[in-house]
Amino acid sequence: MRLPSRPAVIAALTILALSSCGTGTPSGGESVTLTIAANSISGGKNSDSADWIKQWVIPEFEKTHPGVKVLFQPSGVDDEQYKTKIALDLKSRTGADVIDVDGIWVGEFAQAGYIKPLAEVGGAAVDTWEGWSQIPQAVQGLGIFDGKKYGLPQGTDGRVLFYNRTLFKKAGLPDPWRPASWQEIIDAGTRLKAAGVPTPIQINAGTAMGEATTMQGVLPLLAGAGAEIYSDGRWTGASQAMKDVLGFYRQIYGGSGLGDPRLQQEAKGRDKSFAQFAAGRIAILAESDYFWRSVVEPEAGVAAMKDRDTAVGYAKIPAIRPGAGIRGQDHVSMSGGAVRVLNPFSKNPKAAWELLAFIHGAAATKAQLAGQARISSRGDVNDEVLTGDPMLKFVADEVLPVTAYRPGVAVYPQVSVILQEATADVISGKSAEEAAAAYRTKLEGLVGGAANVSG
Amino acid sequence: MARPMSAVDAAGLGRGRAVGFVLPALVLIGVFLVFPALWTIYLGLTDYRLTGLAAANPQVVGLDNYTDALRDPRFLGSLWLTVGYVGGSAVLGQAVLGFALAWVLRTRTGRLRRLVEGVVLLSWILPSTVVGFLWFALLDRDDGTLNALLNTPGFAWLLDHPLLSIIVFNVWRGTAFSMMLYSAALENVPPSHLETARLAGASVFQQLRDVVLPLIRRHVLTNLLLISLWTFNDFTPFVLTGGGPEGRSEILPIYVYNVALRGGELGAGAAVSFLILLINLAFALVYLRLLRDRRRREAALTGGPPA
Repeated sequence: MRLPSRPAVIAALTILALSSCGTGTPSGGESVTLTIAANSISGGKNSDSADWIKQWVIPEFEKTHPGVKVLFQPSGVDDEQYKTKIALDLKSRTGADVIDVDGIWVGEFAQAGYIKPLAEVGGAAVDTWEGWSQIPQAVQGLGIFDGKKYGLPQGTDGRVLFYNRTLFKKAGLPDPWRPASWQEIIDAGTRLKAAGVPTPIQINAGTAMGEATTMQGVLPLLAGAGAEIYSDGRWTGASQAMKDVLGFYRQIYGGSGLGDPRLQQEAKGRDKSFAQFAAGRIAILAESDYFWRSVVEPEAGVAAMKDRDTAVGYAKIPAIRPGAGIRGQDHVSMSGGAVRVLNPFSKNPKAAWELLAFIHGAAATKAQLAGQARISSRGDVNDEVLTGDPMLKFVADEVLPVTAYRPGVAVYPQVSVILQEATADVISGKSAEEAAAAYRTKLEGLVGGAANVSG
Repeated sequence: MARPMSAVDAAGLGRGRAVGFVLPALVLIGVFLVFPALWTIYLGLTDYRLTGLAAANPQVVGLDNYTDALRDPRFLGSLWLTVGYVGGSAVLGQAVLGFALAWVLRTRTGRLRRLVEGVVLLSWILPSTVVGFLWFALLDRDDGTLNALLNTPGFAWLLDHPLLSIIVFNVWRGTAFSMMLYSAALENVPPSHLETARLAGASVFQQLRDVVLPLIRRHVLTNLLLISLWTFNDFTPFVLTGGGPEGRSEILPIYVYNVALRGGELGAGAAVSFLILLINLAFALVYLRLLRDRRRREAALTGGPPA
């Protein structure tokens, strides 16, 4: 609790008094200020995205919109902390005009009334935007809740197994490596361990890694065991598939030395896993293509690898056994993606929509991709740029067809947390059965009873 | 115009003007202290959340949050951790070390004393987050300074001994206050008392027990009250461990943060905050009681008016 300073109170009163005089200040055009918030910061997290906003988006937009000033509000923190900050901003009806959020937060933010459908905020111009026809339905779904469009998707991604080709050569493993089952991952790990690699396998686990545990670990593995976390209105409980997943974690972290359980418990474990992969101490790492384009990226990555293109290999995540994945697949993945939403409490909602549409236009998307490739939301741009990067093309051509998305249900983030806790239980020595049973109990409490749980 | 002065109206203001003077302060206390406290109690009775449906339409759930918290092993574990943290770092660490420093330095003057005081004070005045990150760099498993010094590469201080790490951290950080308070208190001990004791053949321990401690007992109690309340509500260890691993350093303030803000359960967080408030009140009452008893006894000895 802090008292507002006296000058601030006087200023506020003065503004109130002046604005009630009705001097008829020019509306629009003159000195509109818009703010963009994103969890990216120059020289830190998602550095290239921050640079693109500051060096391309803002000057170009201001050039075509005289009288509009655009500010950038950077962050460089864990996704969970960023989410808290944005939720508190919107709760107190303040915050930036255009906000970056993870697609998976859209449901709970919408239910809380923190965000509104784009057309309600931005007006009629939203529905007639040229970009809609360029964004595939599945990708648009990232910003849709209850059938309404709340955000513009920035693109999508896919999870793969990255591996260090140098270490694989040392251990006498094949390259390209194409594991066909979980056992083949374990076998490769054992060979790598014998060849002196300190941490052969890193599959994110534990609560400290947050959503990265769920998205890079539990959910792709669960899909590989043939189950989705939420299907036909029921959540997967302590089913055989869930026990298989937790059993796989136990194989890696339960004393075999294949994985480093400590790394999963550390406050900055995920950042460290990146650094250790880049330093050749971790051989196999499950991550999204974000890892390729932002982490080990040779120039601006947070754990840059100068020899990325020759040293880093990638393989699709196999099902537990060939054909045992969801939809009978041999390989699986998970996809998500960030969206940008409009702040419903914006003072200049129309201008904010113009800015948002501009950021998602073909010119801006292409400018963002200059120097780095990623799977953007726009088909027209993807066709042009993806040919330049074999990894991204691999994701677009081979991973996205077998991928799955998280359920767009508001309770999902809470389910995600108890999934993380289940893996944490295994890391700290519990059996897969115990961890699965504890998870099931918590799950019933979250989703309203056993009737909504299967398995 | 002079008002007749009475025993109860020493300033001669009269009831109306006296109320006028006090009113602004009362309003501020009401708006910024009483109202939020009552609001916290109300929130603790709801299922209010940071996001989702319960953020727009919180429902009153009665005492569920309290019963859930009291049955939650994580809350009870957190409570014990906090007791250990306060006992280890404030009562044993800061108070004892602070007194030891003050006692050793009381007869010293000049450069050594200024140096020690300067170093101890520095840790007290540096911003918490800065200190937190410095200690993180010190204790880190991979590139930590301590591992480099001790030649123990890869020893995970923050993972193997999370509670001990934050206790040592907080002792380092907060000893200055106790040291300063005891230094001031020791100046009130007449040197002649100590000399007499020494001539009578009292050992250092006997001097401390029979001469010094009785004279500074109230300072000791005040100091213990202040530092245990501060430590009980200290959030800085979050920077070191984030409450981990697996909640093994999740003291109550961090537990509330994790529940209310990271987990988004504002209602449950408010309920736990209220429980913390009650514990703080209990602490304060016990100390105040000890202080009052002491004063009464002194008053009885000297025959003065009751305090």
